[in-house]
Amino acid sequence: MIQAKDLTVGYGDVVVLENLNFSIERGEVFVIIGGSGCGKSTILKHLIGLYEPMKGDILIKGESIVKADWEEKRRLMKSFGVLYQAGALFSALTIAENIALPMEEYTKYSEKEIMQHVNEKLKLVGLQGAGPKMPSELSGGMKKRAALARAMALDPEILFFDEPSTSLDPVTAAMLDRLILDLRDRLGTTMVIVTHDLDSIYAISDRVIMLDKEAKTIVARGKPSELRKSNPPPAVKEFLERAGLSRKMD
Amino acid sequence: MSISLFMSENKDKVGENGASGKFELHEPQIRPAVEYVGETSIHLWKDSINILAIIGEIAEAVWYAMKNPRKVRWRETLYYMDVCGADALPISCMICFLMGLILGFQASLQMHKFGTDLYVADLVGLSVVKELGPMMVAMICAGRAGSAFAAEISTMKVSEEIDAMVTMGFQPSRFLIIPKLLALVMVMPVLTIFGNVVGIIGGMTVGVYSLGIPIITYFNRTALIVTPRFFTEGLIKSAVFAVLIAAVGCLRGFEAKNDTHGVGAAATSAVVSGIFLVIIADTLMTYLFSRF
Repeated sequence: MIQAKDLTVGYGDVVVLENLNFSIERGEVFVIIGGSGCGKSTILKHLIGLYEPMKGDILIKGESIVKADWEEKRRLMKSFGVLYQAGALFSALTIAENIALPMEEYTKYSEKEIMQHVNEKLKLVGLQGAGPKMPSELSGGMKKRAALARAMALDPEILFFDEPSTSLDPVTAAMLDRLILDLRDRLGTTMVIVTHDLDSIYAISDRVIMLDKEAKTIVARGKPSELRKSNPPPAVKEFLERAGLSRKMD
Repeated sequence: MSISLFMSENKDKVGENGASGKFELHEPQIRPAVEYVGETSIHLWKDSINILAIIGEIAEAVWYAMKNPRKVRWRETLYYMDVCGADALPISCMICFLMGLILGFQASLQMHKFGTDLYVADLVGLSVVKELGPMMVAMICAGRAGSAFAAEISTMKVSEEIDAMVTMGFQPSRFLIIPKLLALVMVMPVLTIFGNVVGIIGGMTVGVYSLGIPIITYFNRTALIVTPRFFTEGLIKSAVFAVLIAAVGCLRGFEAKNDTHGVGAAATSAVVSGIFLVIIADTLMTYLFSRF
């Protein structure tokens, strides 16, 4: 579904990550992990076509998003949705208008049909009745769920999540994790998640890659449960054993 | 359409990843003049390129809007018309009235010496309609609308709303610039008409109460001297100023750095650049109108 080939990313002349190679399968929950500042969000922004890599290529459904012109990029972007760290809901629009926007632009649905779909999406994320509210009237968790509803507006094949559990309390974060798994199971959506929340990593990921700031590349990959058992490098071990997770894994 | 304009500062974001994001304290240095001139030249060059790029984006978006008028965000356009027009009317009228009053008063002091009191109507009428009316309204709009546009867009940038827009496949120019541009182009000439009228009334107040010119005489003289051509020139100027203020306000918003300082700097820069461009454009148009 998604393939990164010899990918080198950075800012200006500074290389943040280099020679990354990985692929993400259809219907998989793929998690990109690593400590703060290792370039997780940077790689995500390259995968969704916001930044151009210094070197290498990114294929989405076999098509290069790096080499695509704006129209091709636009077509590819319609096939995925993105949940940003802070939700990135359009603050001047209501929640319903936020979710309706992609449908108004890309579908031929009537106004009534759009509202029907908006209500369905809101129900899916457990926000029935929140449509007329403004984003500023919602709590952090509700904003994230509303943003997820917007990301799913066009029923995308891929969903990208940038730190979905950041600024959420553990209960809400766990609820969001359940929602992600539920959506994957029900709709078969491919999920690409950037996080450093260990609970989420173990709860939802099928496969992870771990990035390292010093090595500037992928230092571990595989199923999270197998990673710890496979005598990983010290940095990976330290990361995975934080917060007493070793006990949890045992 | 290129998204590079909207993503212009991403590649400078080194600190976030800690790659070279150390905080270092530097001793203040006196930079050589050559270095300063060089840096300023590069900055001006980049700025000119960005202004050309945004003009291209706007032209493309306007063309799209003309071909697909139903795709224009009319509700947002109406909102900005209200904010930039109706809300700015009292302050525009107040400033234009006072400007007409000051101009009339200064003119009356000089004209009275030569016994040409009635020519105060000529001076006030022509100055207000051809220059000062559009210019004062433009200054007010640069301060109110230009800075608001820059602050709004830069805040959207900070909260990743622009990124969200791009990854939804939307052209930020179509969503964010066109409604603001259309609104300002529609309301600024209207504000200018109001400004012209109250500016002339300001001059008339001095003429009537200070110089003792009968109202009807002052009015007839103004109507004689302010021809439809001069009136139209002022309105054309006003529409051009609107395009410049909206464009540079939006540009500064898109160029802003992703932090709170960036939002403030974008708003300040939008006002300064807006006023500067308005004066340059006014100079050019005044010359052109005088030739034809």
